[in-house]
Amino acid sequence: MANKPKIPNIAEIMADLKSGKLWNDLAKKFTESQVWTSSFRHGYADTPRNRVLQIASNVWLHLHPVKIHRHALRIKFTWCMGGITFLLFLSTVVTGVILMFYYRPVGEYAYFDMKYLQYDVPFGMLMRNMHRWAAHAMVITVWLHMFRVFLTGSYKPPREFNWVIGVFLVTFTLLLSFTGYLLPWDQLAMWAVTVGTNMARGTPFLGHEGPFQEFVPLISPRYDARSVLLGGSLVGPPALLRFYVLHCIFIPLVAGALMIVHFWRIRKDGGISGPL
Amino acid sequence: MATAVKKKTAEDLPEKVHVWPYLVRLEFLCSLIVIIGLAVWSIVIDAPLEEAANPTKTPNPSKAPWYFLGLQDILVYFDPWFAGVIAPVLIIVGLMLIPYLDVNPKGNGYYTYTERKFAIWVYSFGFLVLWIALIIMGVFLRGPGWNLFMPWQYWDPHKVVALVNVDLPYAFGFRDYWYSAAFGFSVVLGYFILGTAGYMFLERKAIKNVGILRMLLKINLLLIMIGIVIKIVLRLAFNIKYIMVTPWINI
Repeated sequence: MANKPKIPNIAEIMADLKSGKLWNDLAKKFTESQVWTSSFRHGYADTPRNRVLQIASNVWLHLHPVKIHRHALRIKFTWCMGGITFLLFLSTVVTGVILMFYYRPVGEYAYFDMKYLQYDVPFGMLMRNMHRWAAHAMVITVWLHMFRVFLTGSYKPPREFNWVIGVFLVTFTLLLSFTGYLLPWDQLAMWAVTVGTNMARGTPFLGHEGPFQEFVPLISPRYDARSVLLGGSLVGPPALLRFYVLHCIFIPLVAGALMIVHFWRIRKDGGISGPL
Repeated sequence: MATAVKKKTAEDLPEKVHVWPYLVRLEFLCSLIVIIGLAVWSIVIDAPLEEAANPTKTPNPSKAPWYFLGLQDILVYFDPWFAGVIAPVLIIVGLMLIPYLDVNPKGNGYYTYTERKFAIWVYSFGFLVLWIALIIMGVFLRGPGWNLFMPWQYWDPHKVVALVNVDLPYAFGFRDYWYSAAFGFSVVLGYFILGTAGYMFLERKAIKNVGILRMLLKINLLLIMIGIVIKIVLRLAFNIKYIMVTPWINI
C-alpha cells in the first residue's frame, strides 16, 4: 500500500496556485523539456551571459555585435534611416510575393489583374497600397540615410568601400522602383516608363538618337540601347515581361546580395561610425 | 560604515552597452512605428490606378516617376545624351568617388560643419537644390508642354511661350556655322581648362600630398556640376539655348 500515488487535496492545489508554485513548476516543465532546450540555446534571466547569447546564438540577431558604443543608440546620430530602409525593403518583399499570386505580366491580363486585385481579392487593395507606399518611402529613406552618412563623414577610411556598395544600393533601389512602376500597366505606368526609357535613345554610340551613333553599324530604333531594355521599339508587352522579371527576380537578388555585403562590412569596418 | 554613494554621471557609464536589450528594443519600437504608419497610410490613401495603358494616347505632360523628375527637368537645358545618360552616370560614379577624393581626415564619424565646410556645402547643394528642389519643381510646377505653372495657375495646354532662345555663338555675333562651332567648342574647353588650371594654381601646395589625379577628378566633377548651374542660369536669364553647336553633339 506504500506505493499508492499521493492524491493532492484541493487545499494544497489552491495554496500552490496562490503562491505561484504551480506556474513555476509548469514553466520549468516546459523550459526544461527536450523540445524547448533544443530550440532555444539560452536562458531568459537577465544576466550578462544571456544578453550576449541572445544576440550571438540567434541567426537573425547575430548581424549585430553583442556590444555597441553608447553613441550608436542615439537617434540623433543615425536617424534610424538605414534600418528603416531595410525594413521597408522587407515589407515590399512580403507584400510583393502576395501580389505575385494574383498578377500576370501579360499585356492582355496585367491591367485587369490589377482591377481584380483591387476589387475582388481580400485585402488586395491594402497589399497593393502597402507595396507601393513602402517602395516610395524606401526611396526617400535611402536618400536620407545617404545624407546622414555623408554629414557624419562615415564614408571616410576605413569605410570607403561600404559607401561604394551603398551607392550601388541606392541605384538598385531606384531601379527596383522604376521597373515596378510599369507593372500596373495603366497610363501612368506606360508613359512614365516611356519618358524614362526614351533617354536611352540618347546614349552616345549605342542609342539611335545619340551622338556618334552614325559611327556604329546596325544601330537603329529596333536595335539600340533602348530596345535592349524594352525588347522592342516601344513600351509594349515584351517590355512589361522584361520589367517584371527584372523587378521580381534579378534586381532583388542582386540588391539582396549587396545588402549582405553592406551589413557585413559595417561590422568588419569597425561597427557603426563614431568619433574616434 | 556607510560610504557616500557618488551620483552617476555620463562619464561613469560604460562606453559600450549590450545590444540586447538596448539596441534591439529600439529597433523593435522603430519597426512597430514604421509598420503601423505604413499600414495606416495604406488604409487611408489608395495607390493610383489610371485607365488602361494606351500607346495611342500620350498624356500631356508625360512625367517620369517622381524620383527622376530632377533629371527630366535638366532636359530643358541639355540634350538627352547628357541629361538622361551622362548626367546619371556621372552622379553615380561621382558619388562612389567621394571617399577617394575627399582626403580631409577630420569629421570622421561625427557631425561637424566647421571642420569640413566645403564638402558639406557641395553635397548639400547637389542633394537639396539640384536633386530635391528640381524634383519638387518637376512634380508640382511643370504642366502641359513642360511649361512652368505656379500652383494657383490653371494648367493651360495651349499656353503660348515665346521661343526666343538663341545659341551662345549667335548671341556673340557669329553667323558662320563652323566659326560658331569653333567658338562654342573653345568656350566649353576654355571653361574646363581655365577652371582646372586656376584650381591647381590656388591649391598648388596640396598637389604633393593629395595627388594630381585626385585633384584633376575632383575639380572636373565640380566644374561639371557648376556648369549645369551656369547653363540653367544662362537659359533663364539670357535665353541662351546651346553653348556649343556641332554636327555631332550640342552642349
